[in-house]
Amino acid sequence: MIRIQGLRKFFGRQPVLRGVDLDVATGEIMIVIGRSGGGKSVLLKHMLGLLRPDAGAVVVDGTDITKLRGAALEAVRRRYGVVFQGGALFDSMSVFDNVAFPLREKTALGAGDIAQRVEEKLAQVGLVDMGHKNPAEISGGMRKRVAIARALVTEPEIVFFDEPTTGLDPILVNTIHHLIQDLHRTFRFTAVMVSHEIPEIFEIADRVAMLHEGVIIETGDARGIQNSTNPIVQQFIHGAVEGAHHVA
Amino acid sequence: MTDWSAGRETWPLPARWVEALGEGTLYLVESIGRFGRFLGQAVALVFIPPLKFRRLAGRVYFVGFKSLTIVILTGAFTGMALGLQVFLTLQRVGSEAFVGPAVGIALVRELGPVLTAVFVTGLAGSALTAELGIMRITEQIDAFMVMALNPMRYLVVPAILAGIITFPMLTAIFDVAGIYGGYLVAVMLLGTSPGTYFGQMQAFADMTDVMVGFWKSLCFGGLVPWVCTYKGFHCGHGAEGVSRATTEAVVLSCVLILIFNYFLGSVLP
Repeated sequence: MIRIQGLRKFFGRQPVLRGVDLDVATGEIMIVIGRSGGGKSVLLKHMLGLLRPDAGAVVVDGTDITKLRGAALEAVRRRYGVVFQGGALFDSMSVFDNVAFPLREKTALGAGDIAQRVEEKLAQVGLVDMGHKNPAEISGGMRKRVAIARALVTEPEIVFFDEPTTGLDPILVNTIHHLIQDLHRTFRFTAVMVSHEIPEIFEIADRVAMLHEGVIIETGDARGIQNSTNPIVQQFIHGAVEGAHHVA
Repeated sequence: MTDWSAGRETWPLPARWVEALGEGTLYLVESIGRFGRFLGQAVALVFIPPLKFRRLAGRVYFVGFKSLTIVILTGAFTGMALGLQVFLTLQRVGSEAFVGPAVGIALVRELGPVLTAVFVTGLAGSALTAELGIMRITEQIDAFMVMALNPMRYLVVPAILAGIITFPMLTAIFDVAGIYGGYLVAVMLLGTSPGTYFGQMQAFADMTDVMVGFWKSLCFGGLVPWVCTYKGFHCGHGAEGVSRATTEAVVLSCVLILIFNYFLGSVLP
C-alpha cells in the first residue's frame, strides 16, 4: 500500500503540491487526473523518490521513502516498474537491449533466460520480431509499448505510468489502456497512473483521484468521479472552458 | 514552509542588495559543494565494483580514437607555427640552432597538454555534455535511478576513467606531431640541419619535461570529463538547457585547464 500524507513541494517560491493526501491500495489501478501543469508528474516523482518533498511523507508498505537514501531507497525501487511519459528508452540500445537491460543489471539470469523473458514480454505488448530495431526507428505507440515491456520485465509489484498515452491517436490510446488492463489482470501489480485521457481512463481505473492546484480535491471509483457534485471535477471531465475554475 | 522573504518588494533597497548577495553566495557555495560531491561519488564508484568495462572501452574509443585525427592535425600545425616563429626570433640573435629544444620543450611542457585538452574538450567533452543533457531531459537518467541502478556508474565513471587513460596518450601524439611539424618548417623549409634540430632537443629537454607534460595531461584527463559530465547531468530544461550546459561545460573546462596549467606549472619541477 502507498500512503501519501500532507505532501508539500515548492519550486523556488512557487507551490506545486500544497498538502496532498492519497492512499493507493495494493493491487488496484489508481489514476490521478488533473490539468496540465497541475503537479501530477511532480507527485509521481515523489512516489519514485526522484524528488524530495518540503514537507509530508510517502509511505510504501510502512516505510517513509522520503527519509531513505542510497541502498535503502534502491531496495524499494527494486519493487517498482516505471513507464515514463516519453518512454525514456535508451537510444544507444536496440529495443531488445532496452528490455533486457534491467534483467542483465539486476538479476543473475543467464543470457538464454533473459532472451526468453524479453521475447515473451515483447510478445505480450505485441512487438514480436521488433527487438533488433532502434528506438528511433519505431513509432511513438511502439516506443510506449517497449517502455511498458521494460517496466514489466522484472515483474514488479508496483508500476507507475506517467501519461503513457499522451500524443497518441485515439485507437492507440485504447490499445495501450487495454494492454495495461490485460497485463494488470495477469500480473496483479499495483498501478499508479497519471493521465488526462478522459473518458477512456474510466474504463480501466479502480479508483480515480483529481489533483487540482496542488491538492487532491476528489477521490472515488470511476462512477463516483463521473457523478461528482464538485464543479471543478465536472468542468474537468467535460472539458468545459467556462466553469468553477477560471481557465487562463 | 515559512517563506521569510514574503513581502520583499517592500523591503528597503540595501536590504534587498544584502538578500541578493546572500542568495548569490549560497548558490555559489552550493554549486561548488555539488560539484565536489559529484566527483567524490564518481571516485568512490571507481573502487566499488562492478566497473563497467564495456562502457569504459566505448568511452576510450569515443574520447580517444575519435579525437585522433584532430589531435594529429592541430599538433602538426602548432609545431609548424611554433617552429617558424621560434626560428625567426632566434635568427635575430644568431641562435637558430636552438629551435629544436625550444619547440620540443614548449610542446612537451605547455602546449601539448593544454591544447590537446582544449581540442578534446571541444570535440568529445561538448558531445559528452550534450549526450548526458539529452538523457537528462528525456528522463533516461531517471530511468536508471528507478531501476535501482546508479547512473553515475554507467555514465560518469567510464567517461572520467577514459579521460585519464586517453589524455596522456593523445598529448604524446600531439607532441610528436608538433615536433615533426616544427622539423618540417625548421629543417626542410628553413635549412636547419636535422642533426642540430634533434641533437639540441635531446641535449636540453629531459625526462622532467616529459613528466611535467604527463602529469598535466593526466590532471586534465580527469578534469574535462568531470566538468562535462557534471554539466550534462545537471542541465536545465529543454533544448535551451542542453545548449547552455554544453556552452558552460566547454567554457568552464577551458578556463580550468588554463588555471590548473599555471598552478601545475608552478608546482611541478
